[in-house]
Amino acid sequence: MTQYLKERQKQILTKGKDSVEIACGKKSLAGSVSQRACVFCGSRVVLYPIADALHVIHGPVGCASYTWDIRGALSSGPQLHRLSFTTDLKEKDVVFGGEKKLYHALCELIDKHKPKAAFVFSTCIIGVIGDDVEAVCKKVSEEKGIDVLPVMSEGFNGTKKDGYKIACSALSRLVGTDKDYHPAKYSINILGDFNLAGELWILAEYYKKIGVELISCMTGDGRVEEIRRAHHASLNVVQCSGSMMHLAREMKEKYNIPFMKVSYFGIEDMSDALYEVAKFFKDEEMMQKARELVTNEISTLLPALQPYRQKLEGKKAAIYVGGAFKAISLVKALRLLGMKTVVVGSQTGNAEDYKLLKELCDDGTVIVDDSNPNELSEFVKLTRAHLFIGGVKERPIAHKLGIGFCDHNHERKEALAGYIGMVNFAKEVFASVTSPVWKFVK
Amino acid sequence: MFELNTIKKQTESYKPTQNACKLCSPLGASIAYKGFQGCVPLIHGSQGCATYIRRYLISHYKEPIDIASSNFTEDATIFGGDENFKTAVLNIFNSYNPQIIGIASTCLSETIGDDVNLFLHHFLAENKEIDCDFVVASTPSYQGTHIDGFHEAVSAVVKKFAKQGYTQNHINLFPGFVSTEDLRTLKEITSDFGIDSILLPDYSESLDNPVWNTYHRIPAGGTKQADIEKSGSARASIEFGTILNRGSLSGRVKNQSLSGTGAQYLMNKMDVPLISLPMPIGIMQTDAFFEELEKITGKKSPEKYEKQRGRLVDAYVDAHKYVFGKKAVLYGEEDFVVGMAAFLDEIGIELALVASGGESGILETEVKKYCPENRDKVVVREGFDFENIKEWCKESSPDILIGHSKGYYIARELNIPMVRVGFPIHDRIGGQRIKHLGYSGTQELFDTIVNTLIEYKQNTSPVGYKYM
Repeated sequence: MTQYLKERQKQILTKGKDSVEIACGKKSLAGSVSQRACVFCGSRVVLYPIADALHVIHGPVGCASYTWDIRGALSSGPQLHRLSFTTDLKEKDVVFGGEKKLYHALCELIDKHKPKAAFVFSTCIIGVIGDDVEAVCKKVSEEKGIDVLPVMSEGFNGTKKDGYKIACSALSRLVGTDKDYHPAKYSINILGDFNLAGELWILAEYYKKIGVELISCMTGDGRVEEIRRAHHASLNVVQCSGSMMHLAREMKEKYNIPFMKVSYFGIEDMSDALYEVAKFFKDEEMMQKARELVTNEISTLLPALQPYRQKLEGKKAAIYVGGAFKAISLVKALRLLGMKTVVVGSQTGNAEDYKLLKELCDDGTVIVDDSNPNELSEFVKLTRAHLFIGGVKERPIAHKLGIGFCDHNHERKEALAGYIGMVNFAKEVFASVTSPVWKFVK
Repeated sequence: MFELNTIKKQTESYKPTQNACKLCSPLGASIAYKGFQGCVPLIHGSQGCATYIRRYLISHYKEPIDIASSNFTEDATIFGGDENFKTAVLNIFNSYNPQIIGIASTCLSETIGDDVNLFLHHFLAENKEIDCDFVVASTPSYQGTHIDGFHEAVSAVVKKFAKQGYTQNHINLFPGFVSTEDLRTLKEITSDFGIDSILLPDYSESLDNPVWNTYHRIPAGGTKQADIEKSGSARASIEFGTILNRGSLSGRVKNQSLSGTGAQYLMNKMDVPLISLPMPIGIMQTDAFFEELEKITGKKSPEKYEKQRGRLVDAYVDAHKYVFGKKAVLYGEEDFVVGMAAFLDEIGIELALVASGGESGILETEVKKYCPENRDKVVVREGFDFENIKEWCKESSPDILIGHSKGYYIARELNIPMVRVGFPIHDRIGGQRIKHLGYSGTQELFDTIVNTLIEYKQNTSPVGYKYM
């Protein structure tokens, strides 16, 4: 049994030991038990939070079942996104084609739920049996008078990242279709926040306080109407850059809207996200408000963090998350708690992300792309980490090895963004690392 | 008789499924494979199939669940998944050193016509050093549900390893898809009877591990290969479930013949007598199971179980008023709801609806067969999804909802008390340890159901009484 598969070795490096660049952006290695999902997953997670749209999954039942109410993406109004709709194809549909079924399913669902738009996700076999999804969508769209957008997200057609791109293309068909909107003087779109545990609402409040109108968020607490008018914004503020950069670039090209990358995790990145926007608008009053906001928040936050920091100082953490941009913020946020990152990796990071991570981390930190349970458990053992930060699939790795775990993924129930999010994060890390239960597993 | 005309059966063509009450077959196959020692499941399809299924199972079992994928690319889809399949097998072999690689096909690989057995043949000819065994189950998700995948994988394993021989003293137990605690309960029962039993499959440990000191790439547990071999010389097979993989026939075009279950294979090919029973939930069906064990062993049930049964009857007596005439909506996998329905019927609960996403065509017959008390009142629907169930609940206002986590939104929206049983339990700790089977499992279910009804009454009562 080899420790790491040979083909995977270029995607793993230890800072200070390996001088080569990490390989990334590759298809997952067959048989490696990658933590990634597929193209469909990428598209589904990005579009999922649009709460007043119908999301129909065209294929056999599995893809719909596994993604029913899967993300903690909250909506302040409609909850349509939390239902799971599928054409539930059977063998006879695979043989004779699923177009009719799709057509009838769409008509029935649109009549019943009255959505503002519909997304139709193609799953693997649709690409094989050759259903003309585009044509069906067009027909239903004409008949029902709403946008019915095909999302050609066949699972085999690339990686999860390609799924992001496909979702962005679907979004860009909506953007720009509301010509009459008149935005405020200073307006932005937030791209790549999904309102997990209500995080968008925290951010929206900050931007409101410094005098910036939020025209749309793509896609957290998303509404079709807001997306239609997104092109009226002066700036796109992009978080989770992996999923939304395609749209940001396209909007720059098409509507000349500049974009900036930000992160809302941790004090530094959160504060920068406000300052950078104020700087962009070159408005001294806004900058002043941003400074006040940051000062106020930090003056309550830092003392609140202190007791946690005292207990957490010197503890070691392993991070494995979907997007590398989040990993970068987490390294900084952990540092604020006195903790050191000893393993950091992501499913979909790019070369630039990994370069940044390498600069940021201390010598000896293991950096990894598209990892798997065998590797991650080895790294945790090797580095003697006290905490693992990741998603559902990483949790049992941590728990089986008897170390704490913090869920920083779709299903989290506590907001971790913004200043209040930093306190929640500290509380969760503290609860996980210092729980008395670990004495039974050592 | 209670009847709703507004809701039509979901089997009509062109109907969308809204909040499915079923999963796809590779999931069931993966669970079954986990119940054989040293087995690593490989799903031959896109990466998402394996990852979604892992995520779904991890949320229920709270255990590392490694399922490999052959990770289809566009090339593989056009030219065949041969190369990806071989790479996957090689990498699994090198990183897991498995005894068995349990392969489940997918809608994608089946539609493009990949012949996994042929791939394997070529692969093994080229790679002599690979010394693990392979099992192949055909599990396209457009056929049946996860339950069909489960039976398909169990049957594939039995067909691969079972050896015919002189009849020995042990028995085979084909438990169907039950919880890890249920499997432990079954093992305890047969061991108390003093008979060796082979569970097919047995994921009681591999999907419910203690905490580890070091990471195990393949968790311990699972039925040993030597035992699977012995299944061919068992004195009898006891198989729980009377519907089994019949759901896989729905919506088929070409092949209308049903592949047999593992127990059926052993009966037909190796003359191992097959005793078919519904899941032993409730007193009557558990009695039936114990009677069979008494017949096989020639021994009376151990006193321990006489007492368990006695306490259960005592509890039925103490609490009969709280459950009598209450209307329940029950949903889940077909064989599971048959067993649960038998139990609920014998305590005087009326089944306003027994629903399943499976479509065997015989669910109604089977449910009614085991519900003598309220046979005429029971409403049974197969091919139902949760939106159908919700509509039904709105009109029939049941007193209690009984089923897995995914019905919670209905309970919440309509303010119906709910008891969680079966799979998946994604919103509670310990879902894998819920016990359903035997007298002791029934006891736990009974207490939970009674207390849920009492709690609801207590909470909604203006008095808030403290004793009953």
